[in-house]
Amino acid sequence: MTLVSVEKDVDRLTLTLVAEFDAPIDRVWELWADPRQLERWWGPPSHPATIEKHHLRVDGEVGYYMTGPDGERSHGWWRVTSLDPPAALDFTDGFAHPDGTPNADTPTTAVRVRLAERNGGTRMELRFRFASSEHMERLQRWGAFDVFPQSVGQIDALLAG
Amino acid sequence: MVVGSLSEAEVDRLFHALADATRRDILQRCIGGEPSVSRLADGYPMSFAAVQKHVAVLERAGLVVKERRGREQLVRTDGDAVVEARRVLDELETAWRGRVERMAELLAHVPEAGRHG
Repeated sequence: MTLVSVEKDVDRLTLTLVAEFDAPIDRVWELWADPRQLERWWGPPSHPATIEKHHLRVDGEVGYYMTGPDGERSHGWWRVTSLDPPAALDFTDGFAHPDGTPNADTPTTAVRVRLAERNGGTRMELRFRFASSEHMERLQRWGAFDVFPQSVGQIDALLAG
Repeated sequence: MVVGSLSEAEVDRLFHALADATRRDILQRCIGGEPSVSRLADGYPMSFAAVQKHVAVLERAGLVVKERRGREQLVRTDGDAVVEARRVLDELETAWRGRVERMAELLAHVPEAGRHG
């Protein structure tokens, strides 16, 4: 089985995904480090990816777009924050304008990739965290109130009492 | 009531925000939908500016967020944001399940040197 576990944390806005591949670590690393291989898995068959720029070094950028069935393109970018081949890659992933410049109005995701040898194969752990925009901070604070309407009802009762 | 990690000042702002019947009513309306400030203002016997002030108090307490859509200012609760977060995480999961599958396929089918078994 390839996918070992998926964990979601709505409060912290993280997703952690663990997969195991029957392939050596260097081979799995190539899927990230070689743009021609990266484009073969990054986009779904309906939206194939084209990597326009691929500078896999700290502060380096990766630029791509995915082409939909009717030809419309959605652009994206990564900025590499740290790198330790073939074991670790950290980057920020976001949406871009058609000219490739980051779209500041859309949320970004911090992606952490960890590869490790395991039983002759490779274990890949991916962790995604939404960058804390104001929106997300409010949302985290909101976690304190569990279910919203009930809380309002409780506060109402408290104030009335 | 569980206040969790809210600071005392935040709790004060929260209680202040909820200590007013109009504001509680505005909040209830925002739970079910995303009314615009002007639509909210139509529902109360007070000026647009007065309603806007109430919304601002709710906003400072972290109870609602204002969002500009076109010419309108929509007000919604952060309760909706929790639903939104869940949806975004679900989408991300679906996307990456597909990616991991495609990675496994590539690894299985592209021949390369040095592979065991």
